[in-house]
Amino acid sequence: MASAFEYAPAPESRSVVDIAPSYGLFIDGEFTEAADGKVFKTVSPSTEEVLSEIAQAGEADVDRAVRAARKAFEKWSALPGSERAKYLFRIARIIQERSRELAVLETLDNGKPIKETRDADLPLVAAHFFYYAGWADKLDHAGFGANPRPLGVAGQVIPWNFPLLMLAWKIAPALATGNTVVLKPAETTPLSALFFADICRQAGLPKGVVNILPGYGDTGAALVAHPDVNKVAFTGSTAVGKQIARTVAGTSKKLTLELGGKGANIVFDDAPIDQAVEGIVNGIFFNQGQVCCAGSRLLVQESIQDELMDSLKRRLSTLRLGDPLDKNTDIGAINSEEQLARITSLVEQGEAEGAERWSPACELPSSGYWFAPTLFTNVTQAHTIARDEIFGPVLSVLTFRTPDEAVAKANNSQYGLSAGIWTEKGSRILAVANKLRAGVIWSNTFNKFDPTSPFGGYKESGFGREGGRHGLEAYLDV
Amino acid sequence: MTMPTTASPAHALTDVTASDSTLRRFLHGLPGVDAVGLEARAASLGTRSIKTTAKAYAIDLAISMVDLTTLEGADTPGKVRALGAKAVHPDPTDRTTPATAAVCVYPDMVAAAKEAVAGSTVKVASVATAFPAGRAALSVKLADVRDAVAAGADEIDMVIDRGAFLAGDYLKVYDEIVAVKEACGTSSRLKVIFETGELSTYDNIRRASWLGMLAGADFIKTSTGKVAVNATPANTLLMLEAVRDFRAATGVQIGVKPAGGIRTTKDAIKFLVLVNETVGEDWLDNHWFRFGASSLLNDLLMQRQKLATGRYSGPDYVTVD
Repeated sequence: MASAFEYAPAPESRSVVDIAPSYGLFIDGEFTEAADGKVFKTVSPSTEEVLSEIAQAGEADVDRAVRAARKAFEKWSALPGSERAKYLFRIARIIQERSRELAVLETLDNGKPIKETRDADLPLVAAHFFYYAGWADKLDHAGFGANPRPLGVAGQVIPWNFPLLMLAWKIAPALATGNTVVLKPAETTPLSALFFADICRQAGLPKGVVNILPGYGDTGAALVAHPDVNKVAFTGSTAVGKQIARTVAGTSKKLTLELGGKGANIVFDDAPIDQAVEGIVNGIFFNQGQVCCAGSRLLVQESIQDELMDSLKRRLSTLRLGDPLDKNTDIGAINSEEQLARITSLVEQGEAEGAERWSPACELPSSGYWFAPTLFTNVTQAHTIARDEIFGPVLSVLTFRTPDEAVAKANNSQYGLSAGIWTEKGSRILAVANKLRAGVIWSNTFNKFDPTSPFGGYKESGFGREGGRHGLEAYLDV
Repeated sequence: MTMPTTASPAHALTDVTASDSTLRRFLHGLPGVDAVGLEARAASLGTRSIKTTAKAYAIDLAISMVDLTTLEGADTPGKVRALGAKAVHPDPTDRTTPATAAVCVYPDMVAAAKEAVAGSTVKVASVATAFPAGRAALSVKLADVRDAVAAGADEIDMVIDRGAFLAGDYLKVYDEIVAVKEACGTSSRLKVIFETGELSTYDNIRRASWLGMLAGADFIKTSTGKVAVNATPANTLLMLEAVRDFRAATGVQIGVKPAGGIRTTKDAIKFLVLVNETVGEDWLDNHWFRFGASSLLNDLLMQRQKLATGRYSGPDYVTVD
């Protein structure tokens, strides 16, 4: 017998997904080249391997796609809700049938572990389509008055951290309410959206109802600025969100923004410690911390700080970082070189400002973009790493002495997307949750998502809600 | 391997057993358990994929951790001899198969079991203390233990008085464990069985774990295998957390034994993953971790044969007992 229990590699097979050497734009039900012939490459963050070459949409393509969506809107919005529901249910079922393929694809293109794409992303993607399919014929009863009308063409721009899930959050409610869609996926993760285009064809979705335009920020800017777009939905950085708000200001376009966050995860001294440790890990190391609602600020009651830090460090030492396609991998690659540079620079700033940095002994692969799970202790509200969103596997630990102080510190942020409360005392959960200014508050858990539950932020974390009944409102004229 | 049995409870915590109220305050001051979170963690560890060399290692490790058990009213010396022979050489067709950790029998079968495993590394464990209900006077329970120890039992598996525990009479449970530990002497290790299915809540299981460890248990064990809910990944994870925390607080290492309901190789490997990722390799050894099981061994053997030959031979290629 060997001396230790070393898990043998257990990689998911790449052969379940067939990635073409190049992809076009998806406009009016057809794959097509960009008008100016521009292309860009998408790489696998864990290996830097080029996966495919993607057409890059320019202004002319945006115009073409919006016109296709406008034309499709006439018929699509006139369909009875129950008919639209059939298409959505069909899409949901195809996603389930192809979930293994899509999970592997997403892992290749994004760098996140297969464990997460398989067990979190894909089930939620299908669930969102099922959920909004259910709403499509019940809009009269959603609480927005009788016969609420769709807005028209929705221009949607989504990020790279949950490429397919963010697509589902945007497209499912838009279609259920009778809108048509032009969606721009992120430049580092366009593949799953293009596979989704194929699923739309497989489901027989009428041409032009969904259009996919891969590209960079300028593609997104052109889409947002297009005069014939009625609704803009954006998930991404606060900086870009502000630009979009300026663009849309003064027009009749409806806007929802889901932006950055710096979630406070508050652990009281009577918390279930072992589960809190799991929740902290899940809060900041899920998807390498590249989550807008990540619990990136840990607020620990001073009396249990040492005990909790010991437990947390011990737990971090068991995290397995490496090949994202390996089923035993907990921490995958950072999505891009650019993002890795941003994380690295913020972490260096944290050290320079005097916070204490700690990482478990952890070997990083030689190629690809990697960052070891990192803890900062001795952090104060005045440190940059306690204020700026890092969007990486970096946890800043602060302490508090009383519930009031915890609330004050948690709310002392330009963001307000998520928060967590850990205590065995039910009355304290309710009392603290009432005072927190955040869109989502989890108690004794973290990073749990469900299509029936609305999601969105306060302050610089954006406005509008996605998911749940509330998510319909953003796509209806109410 | 010779390792000392657990010494008296660590000095750091002796004060908490001074009275009923100090003990209650201590046990109720332990961190709570969030059931949803605990079960989610146990389930997520259950999705680890263990293949090839890791699987071969895990199977041999699991075999070496089995307490091969027969606890039937119909047990005979012949049945126990057969069980002992199997414990020593679990797979007669492949002598590289490790022996099991122990055979586990009723006290009156200890002598027969000792004879059956003589000359091997296999220990003899005995369920004393009016197993499985534990509903007898302390004097009866202690007599049961002394009989088993006198017959040569290397290990005693005792059941706690669940009635006293649920009534909040923690000191009574504590005193009983202390008394049984004393009756075990220095030659027999003591496994304390909580019957977690009857304790019902995870908070109770954590308290029982600490109570057992404070009283001098060498092992804490989930269940008798005689009730509806026995070992589960969640209650075993919780007990592993308890022994981890106890060692951190006192320096004393305690073993863990899930028992009952673990029937397949797949299940056993899930438990080994729990051990590996909760307490680590310090516990990945049959001195510190056991499986209380009777039908598990044959599945482990069949899987072992399949890994060795590439073929699945079926139940006629392993012995029935």
